Formats: sequence, structure tokens, C-alpha cells
Amino acid sequence: MIIAVASGKGGTGKTLVATSLALSLQNRKPVQFLDCDVEEPDAHIFLKPSLNHKQVASIPIPRVDEKKCTHCGRCAEVCAYNAIAVVGEKVLIFPELCHGCGACSYLCPEDALSELNKGVGVLEAGQSKGIEFIHGKLTVGEAMAVPVIREVKKHINRERLAIIDVSPGTSCPVVEAVGGSDFCLLVTEPTPFGLNDLALAVDMLNKLDIPCGVVINRDGVKDSKVAEYCHKEGIPILLRIPLNIEIAQLYSKGITLVEGMPQWRGAFIKLYSDIEQIVST
Amino acid sequence: MKETVVISGKGGTGKTSIVASLAALAKGKVMVDCDVDAADLHLLLQPVTQEEGEFWSGQKAVIDEDKCTQCGLCQEVCRFEAIKDFKIDPISCEGCGFCYNVCPEEAITMQENLSGHWFISETHYGPLVHARLGVAQENSGKLVAVVRQKAKLIAEEQGLDYIISDGPPGIGCPVISSLSGVDLAVIVTEPTLSGMHDLGRVIGVCHHFAVPVIVCINKYDLNEYNTSQIEDYCLNQGMRVASKIPFDNVVTEALIQGLPVVEYSRNRVAHEIEGLWQIVSKHLA
Repeated sequence: MIIAVASGKGGTGKTLVATSLALSLQNRKPVQFLDCDVEEPDAHIFLKPSLNHKQVASIPIPRVDEKKCTHCGRCAEVCAYNAIAVVGEKVLIFPELCHGCGACSYLCPEDALSELNKGVGVLEAGQSKGIEFIHGKLTVGEAMAVPVIREVKKHINRERLAIIDVSPGTSCPVVEAVGGSDFCLLVTEPTPFGLNDLALAVDMLNKLDIPCGVVINRDGVKDSKVAEYCHKEGIPILLRIPLNIEIAQLYSKGITLVEGMPQWRGAFIKLYSDIEQIVST
Repeated sequence: MKETVVISGKGGTGKTSIVASLAALAKGKVMVDCDVDAADLHLLLQPVTQEEGEFWSGQKAVIDEDKCTQCGLCQEVCRFEAIKDFKIDPISCEGCGFCYNVCPEEAITMQENLSGHWFISETHYGPLVHARLGVAQENSGKLVAVVRQKAKLIAEEQGLDYIISDGPPGIGCPVISSLSGVDLAVIVTEPTLSGMHDLGRVIGVCHHFAVPVIVCINKYDLNEYNTSQIEDYCLNQGMRVASKIPFDNVVTEALIQGLPVVEYSRNRVAHEIEGLWQIVSKHLA
């Protein structure tokens, strides 16, 4: 099973939930943890994996063979991203705009374009407390997170329970990270920001046709609108984590909830069995 | 006219609450919400929309079933796994047009894609430009560029001194689009190991694009040891920690009331944010 942990709003506790879920289940079944928040991957701070594998995540960028090029302009014409311009006798390539679709090199009538992999991030993998750990890291200054996420997701092992930590928001990196999951846990907080962004995330999951459930973190603020929304939409609230300074301080030190407060382990095991039940029906 | 953006790397450090308060404190400004895929600033500024428009960006492939002979070439060439059983999945399609260009039957057309909407609104604190990216849409960076451009025009027309933007989390495309060419980035961090890790990466992006930075530590008293680590780190990098905001429930209370915190309470949080605005405005002067 693949479970994605997403949120819409940032800083609601995705990584807190994802890491504690993984640790609570690792002695019951084989677990794989994939940190797909490649812009700001933080799960390693909590799971402290020993990383023994590293590879580059790249996109194929066109390269011109000046000897073969006749400057016909076909490559620039087919590029939907304006990543190639042919100016007189010169072909200009803008790698930061290229999506690596490969249309230009395939369609070049002179076979003058080849592709060169340009690294946009790295993937690192290893072991952590019985969990198979993989994360992607977008290189600072690079814009495109999706190719790095795609690379991480190639390593999903269907034999294991795969838990995916997702970036905040609802646009392309989130869609890429969540796509193909069997279930998505949405972590929110009971504030107007939490509610607004939860509703956006639910719309996205409806479009992707992925079932979801909600975790309310920092519960206890006197605002019941998130619960009312979930009730109205028929979305189950699977776990509530209270607003608690001790939990916040554990988090600040990079200690997972279930390691700092082992009494929470049972709640995460139940969370998983509730998800299993929802997915199987 | 000077432009500043509030970013954070890590999400949920308090960007929007701080921007709303800066909006209440600054005179002669236009606000921009650059977090176009999870915009929240409007919840604190209570905007009344004056003008709105559609944001069309990119294209999606569409297969004409009557012309398609199911030769499979389009599926073979598509690198985004967007074509299965001779049907396009519009969510996976990145609009490259490879399939359209190779189809021997000319059965594929590329259709313009409505990716979102932008809004120009009036608020109690001045004009706000914001947007809503469509569900599961791409090109958030381009929509950010659109809202920033509109804010610039408003600032020029009305002779405003400042553009104050609420940035998105992360370090990728929409952040780069929010950041390029601004006069100052205010980075809001928190004294957690995650916040510190992400701070390092977002500072790297600011350096990469040569944008000056000041740092604000929110909820600094949650972990004072980490706060002192951040201060040391910033000092070593030649950057200034402009403000340390204490953890206080008034921030959430103000949020629930739909008000900038400086308008809700005159306590120590408001006092710190006022100090932050003085430093920011001095930087921009």
C-alpha cells in the first residue's frame, strides 16, 4: 500500500505524522519511507538514516551538433517551453526552461540534437531503524522539483508499505508526489488557514480520485470549523494531536513523537488499521 | 518603489501572519499574495474584489478518437506517462506537444489551458493582488509573475512606495519567481531543526539570485538554544536577525478573528513586528 501524507498548508505536521506512522509500523511490516518534499526534505532529521546510496536526478537537455545543424528552426518551433531559439546561424538553448520532453531531438530533420543529462537534484537512500529510507533533494537554485520527485518514486517497492512525505501546496510537485497513492492523509490545524488549504487539498485529491482522511494537529484551539467541514464532506477525522508545548519542543529537537512520547505508538497503529479498512472497502 | 517578499523555506513558520501585520503597519503599499496554490493572505485582509481575470497558461493534448488509428506512437514518445490506452491524462500532460508533432494521422490537437484566476482587490489596508491556481494545475511560477506585474503597475499608477509580498514555501519554481529582482527578502524561520535546515537552503536561493536577506525568528522562545544557533549562523553569514517574535496564542486568536495580529492586540508580538517593519523600511529606504 502507498500512503501519502500531504496538507495544503505548510507546517501543519506532515513530517511529524509521517515519521511516527513509519516508526510505529516498522516492527509489524516492511516499511519504506520516501521523502518527496524535495525542496525542503526534513524527514532525515527525525529518522537519522545511514545513507549509503546516492544518485543524481536529472533532466535530458538538448545539445546541438553545430556541424550537422542547418538552422532550419524546427527545434524552436516544436519547443512548447521557449527553451530553444534559433537566431540567424546560432541555436540558443535555455536549460532552465527545458522540461526534457525530447521533442526537439526526435524531430530534428538533420539529427543534429542529442541529449545531455543535466543534474537538478540528488536522490539518497539508506536504512533507518528498520525502515528503508529514500529522499530527493532539489539543488538550490533549480526551479523544477517534479523530475526529482519522479526519480524518488521510481524506487517505490510494492512489497512494502510505502509512506510518502509530500511538500505543502496543491500544485505540480504535490500532484506528482501524491499521484498513484492508495490513500492520502491530510494533516491540518484548526485555524482558518488550515481549513482553507485543507479544502484546496481535498479538491485536488477528488480530481486525482484518491481517498483521504484527516489528522487535526494542534487540536484544542476553539475553532470547530475544520471538524464541521470534514463532517459535511464525509471525510473521516482519523487522529487528533493536541496543541502541547512538550510535543512542539520534541519536534524542535528533531525527536519523533513516538520516540519522545511512546504512549502515542498505539494511536498510530490504530491510524494505520483505520486506513487499511477504508482502502479495502 | 521598493519590493520586499516574505519567504521561509519551511512552511507554516508564520509568513502570512507577519505579512498581514506589515500590511497594517506600512503606509503607501500594495500587497501581493505569491503563494498562489495555497493563498491565505485574503483571510486576514478581507478583500473586496474590484477586478478579476483568467490565467491561461500552457496547453493540453487532446486525441480525436475518430481519427486515431491506435498506432501507439504518441504513447511511445511521451515521457510524462500522460497517455494510456490512447487517452490523455490532462493531469500528467505537461503540454510539450511531442505527441501532436509526431501523430501520423494528425489526430491530436493542443488546446489552451485555463490554469487559474487573478484578482485585484481593495482592502482596509490598501490594494491586494492575489490569485488562485486551478486544482492540480502547473505553471504556478508564471502566475506569480502575473500577480507581481499587476502589483507593480498599481504601485506605479498610484505612486505607492512599497510592494509587500507573501511568498510560497519551498525553494522551487514559485519561490524563484517570487524572489527574482526584489529589493529585500525577509526570511521567517523557527527554532526547530527542520526550520534551521530549510533556512540554510532558502538563504542559498537568495544568494544565488543576489537578493539581500534579513532573518526573523518566529516563536523564538520555543527552543532558545536553537535560536542562539540561528543567530550565530546568521552572524557568520553576515546577515542580520532583525526580529525575534515570542510564541504567543494571540497570533492564532487574531487569525481566528480574521485580523492582522498588530490590529488585534498591542502585546509583545505586535511590538516585535513593529520593530521588524522599522528595520525593513530602513533597508528599503
